[in-house]
Amino acid sequence: MYYIGIDIGSTGAKGVLYKDDIICREIMPTGWKPKETGRNLYYKLLNDSNISEKDIENVVVTGYGRVAVDFADKVVTEITCHAKGGYYLNNSVRTIIDIGGQDSKVISLDSNGQVKDFIMNDKCAAGTGKFLEVTINSLGASLDEIDEITEGVEPVKINSMCTVFAESEIISLISAGKNKEEVAMGVINAIAEQGKNLLKKIKVKDIVLFTGGLAKSSVIKDTLSKKINENIITSRDSLYAGAIGAAVIASEL
Amino acid sequence: MNSLNDFFENLDPETLDGHGPVAMKDLVEEDNKNVVGTYCVFTPYEVIRAADAIPVTLCSTSDATIEDGEEDLPRNLCPLIKSSYGFAITDKCPYFHFADIIVGETTCDGKKKMYEYLDDVTPVHVMNLPQSNDRDIDFEIWKDEVVLLKEKLEAKYDTEITKERLKEEIENKNKERQAIKNFYELGKLNPSPLYGTEIFKVINITNYTFDKEIAIDRINEISEEVLERYNNGDKRISEDAPRILITGCPMGQATEKVIKAIEDNGGSVVCLESCTGLKPNDQLVNEDIDPIEAITEKYLNTPCSCMSPNDNRVELLNRLVEEYQVDGVVDMILQACHTYNVESHRIKEELKEASNTPYINIETDYSQSDVGQLETRLTAFLEML
Repeated sequence: MYYIGIDIGSTGAKGVLYKDDIICREIMPTGWKPKETGRNLYYKLLNDSNISEKDIENVVVTGYGRVAVDFADKVVTEITCHAKGGYYLNNSVRTIIDIGGQDSKVISLDSNGQVKDFIMNDKCAAGTGKFLEVTINSLGASLDEIDEITEGVEPVKINSMCTVFAESEIISLISAGKNKEEVAMGVINAIAEQGKNLLKKIKVKDIVLFTGGLAKSSVIKDTLSKKINENIITSRDSLYAGAIGAAVIASEL
Repeated sequence: MNSLNDFFENLDPETLDGHGPVAMKDLVEEDNKNVVGTYCVFTPYEVIRAADAIPVTLCSTSDATIEDGEEDLPRNLCPLIKSSYGFAITDKCPYFHFADIIVGETTCDGKKKMYEYLDDVTPVHVMNLPQSNDRDIDFEIWKDEVVLLKEKLEAKYDTEITKERLKEEIENKNKERQAIKNFYELGKLNPSPLYGTEIFKVINITNYTFDKEIAIDRINEISEEVLERYNNGDKRISEDAPRILITGCPMGQATEKVIKAIEDNGGSVVCLESCTGLKPNDQLVNEDIDPIEAITEKYLNTPCSCMSPNDNRVELLNRLVEEYQVDGVVDMILQACHTYNVESHRIKEELKEASNTPYINIETDYSQSDVGQLETRLTAFLEML
């Protein structure tokens, strides 16, 4: 039998098909109808793996859209799923920092992978994917090129963590003659600073795993590592950590 | 009526004897009673009663008048202060409407400065609360304040507050406190016979029933009813449900969303520690010493975060965690409440040290816009336990 984990985030919906190992992973934009997106993701996983619905034992859904989905055998919060998924990816992991589209969280695990403590960012999207997207776009750059354009660049100081204020601040910095690369690095630095503050509220323990949409950026990972003075690791499946955790939970139901 | 669920659903405050705005109107218009508005649980209730006036708490718990409040007050202020002030200036609160005078304490900077404006609507008598309670001088200052309040009320209502009257009112209020205590301590049973929303509802009904004989009889009957049904097997809450204690800022109406988010997701709220729950009733006033000194002692020792240090709260929480077999503590903090917000770190550490009890703090306001975020955090907390 197979198990499915679905993580409907604010920006992207991730799905994982699982049977002893990860069989298939899918991602699509969450869009306006999380319920429909959840369905589509489910069928995409089945179609791409040539599996029929009757082969699925359990489905666990997580993420902000978890309550919208009507076919889940169980609904679990993203905190528990990220912990489960992170521990599955590497069972030496004791701290997880997840920076997603509109929220970020730090989770502390014990040696069995159980959640010991966690903290989430405030109501606003400061320091998350949305913040990066808006600020980078205001520089006329794209998210895919941030690692490239910021390599070896010294950051300018950006004081505003509010997305709206930061955008105005960036416009002023550009007008004052700062170049795009320095400002982009300033944005990265601000995000890492926010991540550090969250990490410091929970006692950081090695190994630290970076998950969520921003984990694919090596410059964010490296800047954050330097700030907390710990080695941060990522996985090629970092983006899927929540969905993987949900699938593993589904297999344990 | 065959179950506890039905019993509580049918407990409609609007229809209860001696309860609510209508009862207050009758007291004022038919019995010529005077009404004293209060905000914090520091207000010496017995002194007001001994002046033959009716004390009524005016702390507002709804977001209906926040925008009105923000006409004069800054946005970045505690919602309780903005809402209370909003009700006052719009005359939308029947209790405020009937109050001849308001007694406030300098429990926080926001309230202290709000009282200056409130005084233009209804006269405010401010009691200067010391910021600590562990020095002899604190006791002396607070005792002077209790005496000043007594003199103020005597002059205003042209009456004399005698020692005998104070003693009588101390006994009356102790009886009510004991009755409320007997009720909420049912939450010590495992599983609890009560949902947190019901604990809250019954305490609220008692607080707003101004004829205290009716109030005490009613809550005693409710306690007996609950215990009897529970002992007959009416157990609604699973033994596996994590047992949660809620501490922090005053709760009510808008912030009941926190209790609901816990109970809708499998938790059982067994104890409400804040000043809208257990805090004012935990300690009685000593009936064997001078009444003014007894009142001073009881109120000064209120375990509020405005006290520095606030060891009393730590002691209280550690005791409650044990008595109620608590699995997790939720600290509900209203936005811009600096003292509770700052104290959060200490509470987390103290709970960890004393009993390794998991702790989460939730910062919220009176809007319902964060219900989704609250559910995620609180459900994750419950999953962790």
